[in-house]
Amino acid sequence: MSSLAISLLDLQADSTVCLEAEDYQKRAGKWCAGCGDFGALNAVKRLLAKEQLQPERMVFVSGIGCSSRFPHYVNAYGFHGIHGRALPLATGIKLARPELDVFVVTGDGDCISIGAGHWIHAIRYNTDMVVMMLDNNIYGLTKNQTSPTTPQGYASMTSPHGAQLPALDPLQATLGVSNASFVAQTADWVPAHLYATLQAAYEHPGFSFIRVLQRCPKFTPDIFEQQVKNPDTTELLVHEDGVDPPGLDKLFKARRIHNPKNLDDARSLARRSDMVRLGVFFRDDSLPVYDEVRAVPPVTPREKVNRLNKEFERYAV
Amino acid sequence: MAKTKTKITETPEHTVEIITNSGEGAQKCAQIFGQTCAKMGNGVWTVEIIPAEIEPPHHTVTSTSGNIIRFGTDKITNWGDQSKLAIAFNEQVLLSRHRLESLDDNCIILQESMWATHEDELVRKEYEKAMEEMSSRNYRVISVPIEEETLKIVDNPSHGKNMFALGMLAEIYQREVSIIEKQIAHIFRFKSQKVVDLNIELVKSGVAWAREHLDFQFHIPSVPAEEERIVMNGNQACALGAIAAGMEMCAMYPITPATSVSHELAEVIENYGGIVHQAEDEIAAAGVAIGASYSGKVAMTVTSGPGMALKTEFLALAIMVEVPLVVLDVQRGGPSTGLPTKVEQSDLLSSLYGQPGDAPRVVIAPRSIEECFHSMVTARRIAETFRTVVIVLTDANLATGVQQFTRPELDVRWQQGPLDLSPAPEGMRPYEWDPETGMSRRIIPGTPGGQHTVTGLAHDEESLVSYHPSSNELGMRMRSRKLAVFQSTLIPPEVHGDEEGELLVVGWGSTQGAIEEAVDRARAEGRKVSTCQLTFLSPLEPGLKEIFGKFDKVMTVEINYSDTVGDPYITEETRRFGQLAWLLRAHTLVDIDCWTSCPGQPLRPKDIYRNIIAKLEPLQVVETGEAS
Repeated sequence: MSSLAISLLDLQADSTVCLEAEDYQKRAGKWCAGCGDFGALNAVKRLLAKEQLQPERMVFVSGIGCSSRFPHYVNAYGFHGIHGRALPLATGIKLARPELDVFVVTGDGDCISIGAGHWIHAIRYNTDMVVMMLDNNIYGLTKNQTSPTTPQGYASMTSPHGAQLPALDPLQATLGVSNASFVAQTADWVPAHLYATLQAAYEHPGFSFIRVLQRCPKFTPDIFEQQVKNPDTTELLVHEDGVDPPGLDKLFKARRIHNPKNLDDARSLARRSDMVRLGVFFRDDSLPVYDEVRAVPPVTPREKVNRLNKEFERYAV
Repeated sequence: MAKTKTKITETPEHTVEIITNSGEGAQKCAQIFGQTCAKMGNGVWTVEIIPAEIEPPHHTVTSTSGNIIRFGTDKITNWGDQSKLAIAFNEQVLLSRHRLESLDDNCIILQESMWATHEDELVRKEYEKAMEEMSSRNYRVISVPIEEETLKIVDNPSHGKNMFALGMLAEIYQREVSIIEKQIAHIFRFKSQKVVDLNIELVKSGVAWAREHLDFQFHIPSVPAEEERIVMNGNQACALGAIAAGMEMCAMYPITPATSVSHELAEVIENYGGIVHQAEDEIAAAGVAIGASYSGKVAMTVTSGPGMALKTEFLALAIMVEVPLVVLDVQRGGPSTGLPTKVEQSDLLSSLYGQPGDAPRVVIAPRSIEECFHSMVTARRIAETFRTVVIVLTDANLATGVQQFTRPELDVRWQQGPLDLSPAPEGMRPYEWDPETGMSRRIIPGTPGGQHTVTGLAHDEESLVSYHPSSNELGMRMRSRKLAVFQSTLIPPEVHGDEEGELLVVGWGSTQGAIEEAVDRARAEGRKVSTCQLTFLSPLEPGLKEIFGKFDKVMTVEINYSDTVGDPYITEETRRFGQLAWLLRAHTLVDIDCWTSCPGQPLRPKDIYRNIIAKLEPLQVVETGEAS
């Protein structure tokens, strides 16, 4: 986009108005009562208010599924696309308009299954955006089918005798992709942690992938029951370069200092299934960011015509 | 061969083939020869003969790589009928061309001499067998020690025979060697001066050999052009057209025969403030382009048939949310992987209808390489004006065919960005459809007060998800209405020939040159036949029914499949038509016939001519769709 347009945008900025979290809610979410997606929406609203982001300078992009309704409820620009394809749309938006803040809201079916190809490559592109993968371990909108993250043995309408295979672990997969730059896990039932993780993801320059463990009261009410009831089953990964939200140390006794720069540790922690771990597994702010790598200086229309006329010389008869 | 006095034959046009193993430089030789002919004022059309593999086993019929150059005094619009002269680096590649009936019965063949006397008996036997098979024709085969002569100058004949061949052609057709030298210097501009010098030396030795040994020359008079012209293939024309149209984002995934458009673009687009994004797959390429366009860039995606199939869901999304998008489909042979490097016109109906639900879009098919250039500018303009998807259908014939055309006059307005970030008026809705036209202002992110969420779900004017029956009907009507509004700006197609008669031949896209040549041939014999070539396929150009009504019969000619009545099980009732014929029959209720062929090659004027004559005299036996 032209620098003129950008400066026009800046002129439009109205810094005297202070926006509250509620100003970022466009309309009430239409999820089931008790759905973890509400928690994600609340955390996002808090972040936007904290950062005082201008509603017209943000785009929320989603695919299809319960979580993908998210953009309809935020006071911002939104693109509710097609199943599995939020990431290519978001990549196009960020490449076109790097000055916009891009958020992607997706789910375990949308991102890890039908959109898996885009997911892997988006991690590698490392385009600057925040990606929240709201993982309820099930297909909700289509009413209770096994997803790639459904635990082995868990019954659904498509696997009435239980899921046949071990679940695909999004953290291990993400951490295995070259140029992955920010990988975190948080949970909808720990709002302080969810908010702090979002904040860190927003500050990270590059593709920030957050897996949000998310309760589905309708189809997987029991999957995270143990973690919700007994905080001792959860370990917090804390570090000054990761997240360490104040006030959580009383609730979660299991705390581990984990330097998010250490990829090997991150991978080995992701592989362990003894506890649920929340925190920033990996973060590297120095990796190539696709929208920066591909930035090209603007050229005026007149200059383009001049250059193309010169180009014709190569083909002149 | 004993040299007698050189006989110079004057002729209005000639067609030459250079036939080699792939990797022996036929394309470079032909490229320089074609350029030289164009620069000397001849009309030119060149066609590549390319195997699908990069370098298949040499000296076999499947390894054939080559190029056909048709050039003449007047404008040349297609590859013509058969080649009058061929240079073959071995008899097997020549045999493949013979079997495809690409060579004229009296073709002069300059054939590498070494195989006839090769030390390996098996090679000699294969040579004899091949020559025996070709002896049914009246070819004049002249043995030329191409490799021997080349070895006098370079160590590796594979990197030199092509230039020796070029030298022979230069002598036979009296080409100016100084022009050839300049071309060589340009083509090898990234190599050392020594390479340039060696190549020029090879050309000169080809010239000298031909002068000493050949007893014939051809003279094709030329008429220097009055206006400035440029020469390129269709994919280059599309790429430069995209730049001229102000494209800032080309998202693509490699697919033959479309990929070279992105090669051309990748080399230059960053000088114009844009990028080529090679996506992880065809679907993502569409998604990235749509994302970029949604946020205010001028974006396109480039693909071929299989990629189009993968993109359909995204194209329907772009149409549903009314994001402008230009899609270039360089058609190839199908279905499935089909014939990746070959020509076919089989994506017409899938381009019009290939998506879930009703998703009206614009489909245009440039008819020449010049139109490839301008169609990109037109496509962008239509896409933005009507907030819809515009599919540009070219094909492998245009993609690799080379032709010269009037140098386009660029307009700075083509470059202007679509950005309008002035604040949205209070209460403005994202789809404020004009009830007459279905058109509405495009609001892009960054517009203060314009925040809304676009959705592929059925939605109302506020872009709110709506399951209300009347809301869905309104959206459908508005998206469709835009096509009718666009159609109202079009003019009826031109009829080539008289406006009434016995037969009207209707074609679309790249076949214009071959069809018009065939029709002109029939008209020269007094036949009452005319033709019109469609560019706009969705919406169709106006006035078709009226035009068709002035002819006794209407027949489409297309490079795709149709059944032939009389074949087993095929009756008037079961017969499947060519794709344009389907479309025109449905659109006009005229009983339109078709002749189609899908040999993986461009149509030849002589085959179209034969079928025109057959159509006019129904008693005659019709030969159908075989490759020739």
